[in-house]
Amino acid sequence: MIPEIGHFALIVALGIALVQTILPLAGAARGIPSWMAVARPAARAQFVFLFVAFACLTQAFAVNDFSLLYVASNSNSAMPWYYRVTAVWGAHEGSLLLWAFILSIWMVAVSFFSRNLPEDFVARVLGVMGFISAGFLLFMLLTSNPFERLLPAAAEGRELNPLLQDFGLIAHPPMLYMGYVGFSVAFSFAIAALLGGKLDAAWARWSRPWTAVAWMFLTIGIALGSWWAYYELGWGGWWFWDPVENASFMPWLMGTALIHSLAVTEKRGGFKSWTVLLAILAFSLSLLGTFLVRSGVLTSVHAFATDPERGLFILIFLGVVVGVSLALYAWRAPKVGLGGDFALVSREAMLLGNNVLLAVASASVLLGTLYPLIVDALGLGKISVGPPYFNAIFIPLMTPLIFLMGVGPVARWKQASVPELLARLRWALLVSVVTALLLPVALGKWSPMISLGLFMGLWIITSSLKNLWDVAGRNGMRGLAQGLVNVPRGYYGMLFAHLGVAAFALGVCISGGYSQEKELRMEPGQSVEMAGYNFRFDGVQDVTGPNYQAKQGVVQVSKNGKEILVMRPQKRVYLVQRNPTTEADIDAGFLRHLYVALGEPVSGEAWSLRLYYKPFVQWIWTGPLMMFFGGLLAASDRRYRLATRRAPDYTAQGAPAQPALAR
Amino acid sequence: MTPRHRRRLMFVALILLGVGVAAALTLNAFRGNMVFFYGPSQLATVEKAHERNLRLGGLVEQGSVKREDDGLTVHFMVTDNVKSVPVIYKGILPDLFREGQGVVAQGRLNNEGVFMADEVLAKHDENYMPPEVAEALKQAGGNTPQFSTTVMEGGLNK
Repeated sequence: MIPEIGHFALIVALGIALVQTILPLAGAARGIPSWMAVARPAARAQFVFLFVAFACLTQAFAVNDFSLLYVASNSNSAMPWYYRVTAVWGAHEGSLLLWAFILSIWMVAVSFFSRNLPEDFVARVLGVMGFISAGFLLFMLLTSNPFERLLPAAAEGRELNPLLQDFGLIAHPPMLYMGYVGFSVAFSFAIAALLGGKLDAAWARWSRPWTAVAWMFLTIGIALGSWWAYYELGWGGWWFWDPVENASFMPWLMGTALIHSLAVTEKRGGFKSWTVLLAILAFSLSLLGTFLVRSGVLTSVHAFATDPERGLFILIFLGVVVGVSLALYAWRAPKVGLGGDFALVSREAMLLGNNVLLAVASASVLLGTLYPLIVDALGLGKISVGPPYFNAIFIPLMTPLIFLMGVGPVARWKQASVPELLARLRWALLVSVVTALLLPVALGKWSPMISLGLFMGLWIITSSLKNLWDVAGRNGMRGLAQGLVNVPRGYYGMLFAHLGVAAFALGVCISGGYSQEKELRMEPGQSVEMAGYNFRFDGVQDVTGPNYQAKQGVVQVSKNGKEILVMRPQKRVYLVQRNPTTEADIDAGFLRHLYVALGEPVSGEAWSLRLYYKPFVQWIWTGPLMMFFGGLLAASDRRYRLATRRAPDYTAQGAPAQPALAR
Repeated sequence: MTPRHRRRLMFVALILLGVGVAAALTLNAFRGNMVFFYGPSQLATVEKAHERNLRLGGLVEQGSVKREDDGLTVHFMVTDNVKSVPVIYKGILPDLFREGQGVVAQGRLNNEGVFMADEVLAKHDENYMPPEVAEALKQAGGNTPQFSTTVMEGGLNK
């Protein structure tokens, strides 16, 4: 009964979504207030019905209702309750439901936090979001209904893929989808502005906090996925340039460009058409990512052919959304006018550089992801482009980007002078270059790449601190406390996010340059030295978990003759699916990780083991966490809540809202 | 041309230059890092196969897996049931590496015709055969073996 309620709620939600699309959009076009007024209640009602549908599916998982095909294929009564409940989004149908549900959360948020916006604008925004929602609900109901019955019911479920039975599954997909779907708000704002023909600084100001929130969720979602792969796959890598990862990384790159471009549009009225295009592209790439991951194209282009309905539906929907919005863009964008003029050396020009670099990076990831699929589809052979391709592209693209990250925030709008920039940043430059050159020598291993990486991290840190000092410390040390309090939150947001990039860069560089690893065969009692730590293998025990059997290795770690910890990596076999999985044991310190994974039994009591010492690897995920807080700070800046109605006056020399920061 | 126009033109030129350099970099990186995939039968027909990195896919031949005394260096044969290629890999094999199962190895062919793998991949699903492998088996015309779930029984105590 309950699953039928869920199914019914989905159908009702689809109906509401269609109403929410048609009435408000038509009302806005014809100026009928009563039609426009439908948008908000419709969005809230849709949220209620999707919540009901989501709750019904969760209930089916919680009580092990194996008469539902989706539950029977992805759950098992022996699984702990928290994995049963999160198995809701462990596979295709439920992920789509999560997608639609999160979209409705965003719609409700827009309906509540838009009281200061013009009615026709809100009607258009919610109308566009309603259209996206309708597309996904239709897709779900036609091809991927999570409430499909299995008759007769199965006695026991097939169990969730063991790799997914992990904390990562609980946190990673919801965060990632919050980000993916969140770009639909910026997208809808852009479409609404194109439809209304009003693309001004006020529009950019409304878009900024929404974009920042979506971006911060996407950032943390990607980072969680990377952390999950790092400890779950058992060989210490944290990014594989896998197409599924790329699918989330492309919208991130575009979204990052969008955030910066919105700043110019708001403060200076420039880059308008470009900003709109970025908003469209960021969400289009989110949809493309959904298509790539959900259609089965990635496992093989032939998998697409085995389930053509699903793939084709998303492809058509993608075509409609991207095609219509780009057509609208081509038709309307030229009318929106150009922004203020700026010089070759100015903050605008540097942000333009940022945008070009990020867009090119995104395009190269797209090429590397899609090209093998196209070649395969055309029957020209099977190729793959691995990490070397992406590394070869990213290092030359990210180096100038990070350099700009230091200069941009210091440069004036409109026109900056090179001697002044040099005067203000020379110490930051000197300190970071000298440290980057000497530190590796002190650490005992120097290479150009290590120095380059260190420089990038240090340059961001030193130039950011200098910038903060210029902004907050104008009255010297005594006025510093008050100065720090006076700095607006949005500025701290930027600072945090940039320092997050620095932490990430240092983590990548130092863990890449100074990690040590050993793959070796060990007899019980045998020990090995690595990076000053002694690892003694004490054999393997049998362990029984709730729904798995495991062999658990015991590794005694000591330093300077003192025993510091015991690590217990496992090799698990789950009861139903019977795939062995590797559970590495990680001692996660802020400055270094010790990572031990069991290989396989070799002969007698001996096992092969993987041991890693990874300095600073933690920073790779600390960085995105800082970016997350940066986004949070930026989005909660009070000026977004205050003068939402007032269009800023950007005819003045500096940025009107915070003139202090323009210098 | 007003100064404003001239400046705009400069910007466009600079962006085009930047994008052009990036495109050149990209295409170069692409050419250098493209890795082709072959089955054992296809591999035999490839000219100068030993000159570049490639991926070899097929089934791990029954009874072919042998370990050296160090416990880490593994010798096995990858077959499409028509031709087989010997492979040497040093390191820990993925969890789902089994005789009779599909596998993809990345590396180079040496002059003796032995494939020196730097990386061995086996997908995380026992019923799943990498699509490239399935295709290669089909093209080679051998019998596609039935994958049975019993292969895994006994699990770790094999």
